[in-house]
Amino acid sequence: MHNEHIEEHFSSRNVAEMPSDYYMVAIEDYPKDGWGKFKRAAKRAVKGELFVGLWVVMREMIRFDIHTVQYPAEKMPIGPRYRAVHEMKRLWESDTERCIGCGLCEKICISNCIRIDTRIDENSRKEVSEYSINLGRCIFCGYCAEVCPELAITHGGEYENASDQREHFLTFQDMLTPLDTMKAGAQREFEGFGAITPHEDERVKKTPLAY
Amino acid sequence: MEIAYFIETIIKIVVILLIFSALAGIGTYFERKVLAFMQRRLGPVNVGPFGLLQVAADGIKLFTKEDIIPTSVVGRIFKIAPVITAATAFMAAAAIPFLPSFTIFGYEVHPIVADINIGILYILGIMGVGLYGPLLGGMASANKFSLLSAARGAAVFISYEVITGLSILAPIMMVGSLSLIDFNQYQSGGITSWIVWSQPVAFILFWIAAFAETGRTPFHLIANDHEIIDGFGTEYSGMRWGLFFIGEYANMFFISFVISIIFLGGYGDGSFLGALGLLGKVAFFFFFFLWTRAAWPDVRPDQLMWLCWKVLMPIAVINIVITGIVMM
Ligand code: SF4
Ligand code: SF4
Repeated sequence: MHNEHIEEHFSSRNVAEMPSDYYMVAIEDYPKDGWGKFKRAAKRAVKGELFVGLWVVMREMIRFDIHTVQYPAEKMPIGPRYRAVHEMKRLWESDTERCIGCGLCEKICISNCIRIDTRIDENSRKEVSEYSINLGRCIFCGYCAEVCPELAITHGGEYENASDQREHFLTFQDMLTPLDTMKAGAQREFEGFGAITPHEDERVKKTPLAY
Repeated sequence: MEIAYFIETIIKIVVILLIFSALAGIGTYFERKVLAFMQRRLGPVNVGPFGLLQVAADGIKLFTKEDIIPTSVVGRIFKIAPVITAATAFMAAAAIPFLPSFTIFGYEVHPIVADINIGILYILGIMGVGLYGPLLGGMASANKFSLLSAARGAAVFISYEVITGLSILAPIMMVGSLSLIDFNQYQSGGITSWIVWSQPVAFILFWIAAFAETGRTPFHLIANDHEIIDGFGTEYSGMRWGLFFIGEYANMFFISFVISIIFLGGYGDGSFLGALGLLGKVAFFFFFFLWTRAAWPDVRPDQLMWLCWKVLMPIAVINIVITGIVMM
C-alpha cells in the first residue's frame, strides 16, 4: 500500500496529464499603448474584484472557522522526525543503558559538542563514565542519532525548555529514560529519519513539476 | 450667560476628549478582533473576558513605558510632533454634531462644541494640519526610513486633499452652507432626502479620500510595510507613540461622523431613533475601515497619485460642473 503510493508519486509527476485540482491561471498580456492601459483600468474598475475580496473575508468571519492553536493550552502533534533535545534510551530487556561507549557519536559530531569518557568497571566491562553534550554548540543536525549503532542516543520531542544558559539543559542523567518510565514500559522509540508524520498521505499534495 | 456658556463648552470638550480617547482604545480591540476573525484567528482572548481587558493592559504599558528620545533627533520637533497629530484630530471634532440636541435636567444641550458657519472648511483644514504630525515626526527622527515615510505621507496628502475638497464642493453647492448642522437639516426629511442619492459620485469620492485622509489600508502608505518598518513612528516609544495612535483612531471615528452627516442624513429629524441611526452609520463606516484592511492590499504611492490626479480629480470636476448645470 505504502510503496504503491510512493511509486505513483515518482512515476507520474506531470500534473498536466492527471486529473487534479490544478489549473493554469489565465494571465493576459500587458497592454502596450495608452488605449490598452485605459481599457484595462476601466475593466478593473467595473469588474468588482474589490468586492470579491470583501466578500471572501466577510464569509470567513461569518463561518467562524477558527484555526488558532491556543498554544500553552493546546499543542500541535510534532512529527517523529523532529530533532529536539537528545534522549538516551535504555534496553527493554534489562533496563540498563544502551550506550556501549563506542564513541562514534563523539567522532561524528559536526560541532564537536559531545564529550565521552569510558573506563573498565569491576566486572571488566566497558562502562561510560562521562557523557556530556554541550547544547550551546549543538546544531541539532541529528548525525549522532544516525550513527549510533545501538539506537542509544536519539532526539526527543521536548521543545519546551527555557534557561539562561543552553548548557544547563541536560546532564546524562536528564537524557536517560527514567527507570519508572522503563518499569511502566513507556519508553518511546525514536522512529528516526525518514519517518512519516501520521496522516501525511492525506495531507500531502502533489507538486506540479512539469514546467 | 457668558460664564454658563464657557463652563458648558469646557464640559463638552472634556467629555468628547474622554469618550474618544477611550473609543480609540476600544477601537483597537475591535480592529484586532475583526481582523482576527476575518483571517480565521481568535485575536486577543487571554486578558479578561474575551480579551476585553487587553485594552487596559495596552494602556498601562503605553503609559508606563520609558519615553526614549534618541540622541541625534531634533529634540523639540520630535517631542511636539505626536501632540500635533492627536491635537488636530480632536480639534477637528469641535465642529461635528455628535448627536441631536437633547434636554437634560431642563437644560438644553447641543452636543457640538462650536456650531461655526464654516464647519466643513474648518474640519478639513484642521485635519489637513494633522499631516504635520507624521511629517515633522519623520523628518526630526534622524532615521532614513522615517524620512521616507514622511515624504510619502506628504505626497499622498497633496493628492487626496484635492479630491476631498472638490468632491465635497457639489454637496456644499446644493446645501448652500458649510455648517454640518445645516447639512443635517437639509436631509431631515427621511431616507429619500439623503444627499447620497443626489450625489452618489461625490459620496464615493469623499469616501475614497477618507481612506487616504486617515491613512487606512488601501492607502496605508505612511508605514513602510515593504521595508518591514513602521515608518514615521519608528523612533517613538511609550505615550508619544500612543498619541499618534490615538490621533489615528480618533480621526477614523470623526471622519465616519463627517461622512454620515454629510451624505447619509446624519441624525435625521433629531429623534432618539435618528440619534441611534447616526451611531449605527458611524459604526458601519468604522467597521468598513477594518473590513478593507483585512481584504485589500496597499497600493503603491505612484498608483495612489495616479488614481487621485488622473482619475478621481477629473471625475470630481465633472461632477461639480454637472451639479452646477442641474442647479441652474
Ligand atoms: S545533533 Fe549534531 S551537533 Fe548535536 S550532538 Fe548530535 S551530532 Fe553533535
Ligand atoms: S554512538 Fe551510541 S553507543 Fe556509541 S557512544 Fe554514542 S551513544 Fe553510545
